[in-house]
Amino acid sequence: MLEVKDLVVEIGGRTILNKVNLKVEQGSTTVLFGPNGAGKSALLMTIMGFSGYNVVSGQIIFNGEDITSLSVDERAKRGLGIMTQRPPNMTGVKLENLVNAISTEDSLDTDAIAKKLDMERFMERDVNVGFSGGEIKRSELLQLSAQNPCLYLLDEPESGVDLVSIEEIGKTIDELLASRSKCFVDHNKRGNSALVITHTGQVLDYVEPDMGYILCNGTVVCKGHPREMLKEIKSQGYGECIKCKRGQL
Amino acid sequence: MQTGTALKEKAEKAITKVAMYGEDFDLNEFEVGTREVPLTDDLEDLDSDLKQTLVNVGVLPDEKDRSGSFLMLDNAISHSSISDPDIELMSLHEAMEKHDWLEDYSWKLVSVDADKYTAKSYLENANGYFIRAPAGKKSSMPVQTCLVMGHKDATQTVHNILIVEEDAQLDVITGCTTKKGVERAMHLGISEIYVKKGGVLNFTMIHNWAEDIGVRPRTAIHLEEGATFVNNYILLKPVRSIQSYPTAILAGEGAFARFHTIAVAHPGSELDLGSRVLFNAPNTKAELVSRTITTGGKITARGEMVANELHSKGHLECHGLVLSNKGTQRAIPILEANVDDVELTHEAAVGRIAKEQVEYLMARGLSEENAVGMIVRGFLDVGITGLPEELAADIDKTIAQIGKDAI
Repeated sequence: MLEVKDLVVEIGGRTILNKVNLKVEQGSTTVLFGPNGAGKSALLMTIMGFSGYNVVSGQIIFNGEDITSLSVDERAKRGLGIMTQRPPNMTGVKLENLVNAISTEDSLDTDAIAKKLDMERFMERDVNVGFSGGEIKRSELLQLSAQNPCLYLLDEPESGVDLVSIEEIGKTIDELLASRSKCFVDHNKRGNSALVITHTGQVLDYVEPDMGYILCNGTVVCKGHPREMLKEIKSQGYGECIKCKRGQL
Repeated sequence: MQTGTALKEKAEKAITKVAMYGEDFDLNEFEVGTREVPLTDDLEDLDSDLKQTLVNVGVLPDEKDRSGSFLMLDNAISHSSISDPDIELMSLHEAMEKHDWLEDYSWKLVSVDADKYTAKSYLENANGYFIRAPAGKKSSMPVQTCLVMGHKDATQTVHNILIVEEDAQLDVITGCTTKKGVERAMHLGISEIYVKKGGVLNFTMIHNWAEDIGVRPRTAIHLEEGATFVNNYILLKPVRSIQSYPTAILAGEGAFARFHTIAVAHPGSELDLGSRVLFNAPNTKAELVSRTITTGGKITARGEMVANELHSKGHLECHGLVLSNKGTQRAIPILEANVDDVELTHEAAVGRIAKEQVEYLMARGLSEENAVGMIVRGFLDVGITGLPEELAADIDKTIAQIGKDAI
C-alpha cells in the first residue's frame, strides 16, 4: 500500500528525516512511536505532500506509484487521508459546506457518522474555530468519512481528547478502517490501511495494530510488534530505542 | 432654518471643493445626465439586457416577493410602483410636492457644501426615491430600487430620503449600476435616512459598475431611541473609483447600527470605503464589519466610531485579503472615546490566504482552485441573508472566478 524508501526531508534547510524506510501493508495498521521531536508528524505531513517539507532524496510509493512529487490534492485523490494534530482555523468555511464539497459517490454515510459523532450541531459552525480538542478530532473523522481514503494518516488521534471521547473516536477509526473504500480488496482482513502516531497507545484499545516502528532523531530505529514495543516504551521510556538500534540494525 | 437661497449660495461656493478622500474628478468633463427617459409601466417590458443588469444588482423585474419597485434611469424616474398600500414609494420631487413637512428632512443630514459632489447634486435639484414606512407598519417584503446610468460620459445625480416612522419596519434592496456599454460615467448619490423610535431598517445595497465609472455616494442615517439600522453593502465587480463614508448618528438611547461591507478591488479599481458611527446617546451599540479583497486594485477600508455618551459599545472589524502582488489593502480603524465607561474595540488584519488553509482543503481532495474559492467565499460570508437567488448565483460565479484568478 505505502512504501517509504530512504526518505530524507528538510524543513528550512534543517534535516528532519534521515533515510527513513517504512512500509504499510494493504489492510494493515502500522503504528509509529517515538519521542517528541523525532520527526513522526513531519513524516506524515511529508507523505501527504504538505509544503515546507522538502524531500531531498528518497521516494514515497503508494499503490505502486511514485507519488513523491505529486500535489496534496492529487495524493488525496489517490486515496490518502490525513488527520493532523493542529488543523488550521477555517474562518467562514462551514463544516457542512466542507463535507459536501469533498463528498463523492465513494463517500461513506456522512449523515449517519455526523449523528454518531454528535457533530450535527457543528455543521453550521466554521471548521475548527472555537472547537475543543475532541471536537476537532470528531470533525476530522467526519471529513475523512466523506473522503473515504484507502490509507489513513492519523497523528495522535487521542491527544487533547477526554476519556469518553477517546472511546468514541477510537471506535469510529476502527469502523472507518473496516469500511469499504476504492482500494478494498477481498482477501484483506480490513478494508483500509493506517499509519498511526500515538504516544499513549490509548487508540490501540480500539484499533488492532499489525506493525510498529520507532522513530528517533529522524530515522527508524526499530521495527516490530507494536504491543510489545508499547509495553517496553511504557516501562523503559525511549532510552530503549537506542538499545533496540544496537540490537537490531 | 436655512433658506433655499442660503443653501444655494453655500452650494455654489462649494462647487469646486475637493472631497476629503478619493480621486478628485473634474465634473465638467461629464455631461449632465438626461431627464428625458422612457417611462416603463412594467419592469418585465424592459429589454433583456437591461433586465439582466437589474437582476445582477438584486432587482427583480418580475417583482416577485417585492412590495414595490423604483427605477431611475440617468436623472429621471422610469418606473415607480407599490403594491403595499401602507408603504409610500415615489420620486422625491413628487413627495416634496405632496408633503410640506418633508422640507425638514431634506439636506439636513448631508450638507450641501460637504464637497463638489453634494454641491452639484443640490444645484441640479437631484431627484431620487422617497420611501416611508408609517408608524407601526411592518413591511413583510422588501422595496426594491434601482439606479441605472444609461449614457456614457454623463453624470447621474440622485437624492433619496427614507423615513421609517416609530415602530415600523422596512427592508430595502437597492441596486446601482450601468447599462451595457456605459463604460465611463459619474454617479453622485445623496441619501438621507431617518429611523425613528423603535423602527427597524434593513438596507442592502449592491453596486455593479464598469471599469471607468466614478461613484460618490453621500449618506447619513439618523437613529432615534431603540431604532435599528442594518446596512449591507456588496461590490464585487470592477469600477474605477468609489469613495463612500456613510455616517450613522445614534441619537436616541439604545439605538443600534450595523454595517457589513464586502468588496473586491479588481485591477484598476480604487475603493475607499468606510463607515462611521457617532454614539450620541447612552447605551447605543454598533458593529462595523468589512471584508475586502484585492485582486490588483487599491482598497482603503475605513471605520470610525466616536463615543460621546456613556455605555456606548462598538466593535469594528476590517479584514482584507490580498490576492495579487499588485493590489493594495489599507485598513484604517479609528476609535474615539469622549466619555469614560464606553467599550470600543477593533480588529484589523490584511494579508494573503494562508497556505496552510489551502492545503488543508486540498488534503481532502479539493483542487487548489476550489480550495481557494471556498476560502474566499467563506471570507466574504458575513451573514448577509435575503439576497435573491439569481444574485446569489452571480455572486458565486464572481467568487469562483476570483478563486481561479488568485492561483
